[in-house]
Amino acid sequence: MNDLWSWDHAAAVLPDLLKGLGITVLATVVGMIIAAVLGLVVAVVRRSRVRAVTMPVGFLVEFIRSTPLLVQLVFANLMFTQFPSLAVGCVVLGIHYATYMSEVYRAGIDAVPGGQWEAAVALDLPRSRTWRAVILPQAIRNTLPGLGNYAISMFKETPFLAFIYVVEMYAAAQAYGGANFRYIEAITLAGLLFLLVSYPTSLLVRRMENRLA
Amino acid sequence: MPDNDLTPAIEFQGVGKRFGDNVVLDGLDFTVAKGDRVTLIGPSGSGKTTILRLLMTLEEANDGLILVDGQPYTHEIRGGRRVAIPEKRRSLVRRRVGMVFQQFNLFPNMSVLENIIEAPVHVLGISRAQAVARAEDLLEKVGLADKRDARCTQLSGGQQQRVAIARALAMEPEILLLDEVTSALDPELVADVLGVLRNIAETTDITMLIVTHEMQFAREVSNRVLMFDGGKIIEEADPESIFTSPEHERTQEFLRAVL
Repeated sequence: MNDLWSWDHAAAVLPDLLKGLGITVLATVVGMIIAAVLGLVVAVVRRSRVRAVTMPVGFLVEFIRSTPLLVQLVFANLMFTQFPSLAVGCVVLGIHYATYMSEVYRAGIDAVPGGQWEAAVALDLPRSRTWRAVILPQAIRNTLPGLGNYAISMFKETPFLAFIYVVEMYAAAQAYGGANFRYIEAITLAGLLFLLVSYPTSLLVRRMENRLA
Repeated sequence: MPDNDLTPAIEFQGVGKRFGDNVVLDGLDFTVAKGDRVTLIGPSGSGKTTILRLLMTLEEANDGLILVDGQPYTHEIRGGRRVAIPEKRRSLVRRRVGMVFQQFNLFPNMSVLENIIEAPVHVLGISRAQAVARAEDLLEKVGLADKRDARCTQLSGGQQQRVAIARALAMEPEILLLDEVTSALDPELVADVLGVLRNIAETTDITMLIVTHEMQFAREVSNRVLMFDGGKIIEEADPESIFTSPEHERTQEFLRAVL
């Protein structure tokens, strides 16, 4: 039994993992803030009637969605060596997920009845005010579950950051394993810690979905 | 700039509107004098609602001109050509026109009061305090003073429609467009809404353009009735004559069907 699982190793790796978890959560939170804001900008811009604006943005979105996150991370890290890897990682995560969040917003915006736009025209509200005061408050309400789901999915993709030498939880587990020739405790605990954060969060998101439905 | 009581509130000059191959309005000419209460009747698809939507710039005419108070609204003739008027200038005319919709279209993310003061504050630029005072007067007028802070979604259809009327009136429009405002309501709620509109008709001189299936209401409130068919006005008269002795065969058929 001692060969398969050692509590000593488990206890020894835990502090490293918790520190890594801190980085993982930080990257998710910062990445998700970028994704939420940028995704909204993309969604609104793509509804513009000016094709000179919508075309390039549309192309960029397709481009980002059609290439793997891992490739984007490594590429960006090579391009922007002057910035810390963690910062590059957060921004790439944010931009990558912004392209998906923009679809969530788009669906939320489309779900606002046309009559709301018409009432805004009838009151002569300027377009910017219509977006801010009428459309987005209704649209964003519908997007909260989507935002939650993508946050969980981003959280679970943060191990990719290990490839650009950010010591998040998975990299911490790998480092311990490599140094001590014991991987099983580190990887198992890392997996459990992921579960411990994402499962309650997903329950929370589901409750939000039910409340909005 | 012509602006006296003889200038029509609304003037359509050869207005045409097509949706694809479907011609909804075809070279339509008509005028509405200031303070007139005009009801548009006719079978569905005859273009009545399109006229209101054109006046609210929710649709754009393919040909012709629409004048409000003598001023070109969405298009004008310049150098012999019909050109679109830019949004900034349209907006100045548009804020003098109000509309009440069949589906109310209140903003569900705002309270009753916020719905009413939104445009006065953000379009007309009047102070919040003043807008609130005016909104409270209007809520009194439509019998919903106690619903000031309610969410719109908590109100019945009839109450929502009365809030929508108050919201339109808060802009102090010169022209009010009423698009089948009772069609989405349960029968027992229709009377309250019509009562409010009757009261507005009696106490203000707002020009009204009404599309409705409530012939009794049309008869009481309007001073002119236009019968539409196939995108054209086929008969026009005061309500008494058109409802008691319609001349055109299509009008007779239509009134037989709805009365």
